[in-house]
Amino acid sequence: MKADNYLTLTQFYQNYAAIVDRGDWDAWIDLFTEDCQYKVQTRENYDRNLPMAVISLSSKGMLKDRVYGVTETIYHDPYHQLHMVSSPLIIDESDTLIVAQANYTVFRTKSNGIAEVYNVGRYQDRIRITDQGLKIESRHCIFDNDMVLNSMIYPI
Amino acid sequence: MNQENRIPLTPTWDHEDTSRIPYWAYTNQDVYQQELEKFFYTKHWCYVGLEAEIPEPGDFKRTAIGERSVIMVRDEDRSIYVVENRCAHRGMQFCREKHGKTKSFTCPYHQWNYDLEGNLQGVPFRRGVKQDGQVKGGMPKDFKPADHGLNKLRVAERNGVVFASFDHDVESLEDFLGPTILQYFDRMFNGRKLTILGYNKQRIPGNWKLMQENIKDPYHAGLLHTWFVTFGLWRADNRSELKMDKHFRHAAMVSTRGDGGKNDQTTNFSSFKESMQLHDPSFLDIEDEAWWGGPTAVMMTLFPSVVFQQNVNSVTTRHIQPNGIDSFDFVWTHFGYEDDTPEMTQRRLRQANLFGPAGFVSADDGEVIEFSQQGIEQNAAKKAVAELGGRNVEEADHMVSEACIRGMYDYWRKTMGV
Ligand SMILES: [Fe+2]
Repeated sequence: MKADNYLTLTQFYQNYAAIVDRGDWDAWIDLFTEDCQYKVQTRENYDRNLPMAVISLSSKGMLKDRVYGVTETIYHDPYHQLHMVSSPLIIDESDTLIVAQANYTVFRTKSNGIAEVYNVGRYQDRIRITDQGLKIESRHCIFDNDMVLNSMIYPI
Repeated sequence: MNQENRIPLTPTWDHEDTSRIPYWAYTNQDVYQQELEKFFYTKHWCYVGLEAEIPEPGDFKRTAIGERSVIMVRDEDRSIYVVENRCAHRGMQFCREKHGKTKSFTCPYHQWNYDLEGNLQGVPFRRGVKQDGQVKGGMPKDFKPADHGLNKLRVAERNGVVFASFDHDVESLEDFLGPTILQYFDRMFNGRKLTILGYNKQRIPGNWKLMQENIKDPYHAGLLHTWFVTFGLWRADNRSELKMDKHFRHAAMVSTRGDGGKNDQTTNFSSFKESMQLHDPSFLDIEDEAWWGGPTAVMMTLFPSVVFQQNVNSVTTRHIQPNGIDSFDFVWTHFGYEDDTPEMTQRRLRQANLFGPAGFVSADDGEVIEFSQQGIEQNAAKKAVAELGGRNVEEADHMVSEACIRGMYDYWRKTMGV
């Protein structure tokens, strides 16, 4: 494991969490490569090799469309997300790619001011090392609590 | 207190028809207990799953009817049984896995063992223990294992869909559905083998009937689901029909998509972002399938337990599992057909982004149900209004009607005796 990669990736993960927590969706899209994959899937489907996911996007265009849905069309209760992301575990690395994972917890707080544990799981990532810094080639969010508390609007 | 604001001690339906729905139908605990008994536990077939979920002998899936945990299992002879997940001995809910494979069921507490049909096969210490040359304890001589099987449900299977009933005197599944609904059922489940694509689950904090109402109400789709309108999947002038069985308990909303182009007659449903294009059109990479026979969407509500969805290429069952008067679990099983090409499977998976807990056109359904329950609970003496398209119950050839909701409550009143 290269110490450089570990530090850059740690910073990248915390930056991702900060961007999603403040709902900066343009910045979120910019974290991905053009041909990216983004999937939020229950652990049950993942463990049973069932392809269905809660959200499954397979291009940057689809990410943009998801953001349009989140911000313009889907009617939902306003809420804040707070992500706690663990230190990364680097599984494999080359000059151009890091394969890594990290655990995450997302708390949801609605306007009644009560925080609840909303989504707990792990990121399984392929991160490309580019001239513009790290970019997500694929992020697979696999969550343990497969009973979604009503709806899932924002990306995890 | 004037009459208007009186909360009846014994719920009475003080309106001449079902164009008003008293809020106590969503808030009264006694009413809810009666509903479980009258709709989920007697006289109705409830959805338990798809045959493709348990392809091999010994495969089982744990699911629910009303608030009761049940197990759907395939026996050695390939027939399907459904038993209540409750040991006949001391009542333990013995099956803890969501699914699995087994040769028999054993309750770990005292090792009572049942075959896959639910018959009691073995009881430890039935004949007591030998101590100092004497047999001590054990079951009385007249203990009959045959009297202590698991609670066995009646099972009906049709074209790969499995229903069960605690009531062994229930009418046939075909009679239960009635010819009109059966025709749409057989359209979606036409005997081809199904392939399971996976599950999504959401806990919606609202009364279970609000979900039935949601899928019996076609006109919210053009108002709440902005995404539908924005990208041309829904127009008020789409060719459509509302169908019901003779009891009005089940319904089918049948519609055929327009071209999604400019919208001239739909004054109240203006496509206000007409120029919107998807960045990635593959969300709406729709391919007509021969079995549709015209309609591009058929949403079936089977009372009380399930919704069957065909919306363009996305096909799912949505299982309603109440867990209290003000909450239910909504379990989506997405599937495809054995003859799907890999491209069709990908298409079904991509279009699943429209549905489920995060879906472009269904995340908002869960949200409005939650907020409806909140509003209803804050003033229990009031009534909901459902009189779009008139005050009686009639099938329709358009989408601007709440007739199927009125129909459901007509049946509900008769069965509940209110
Ligand atoms: Fe809806």
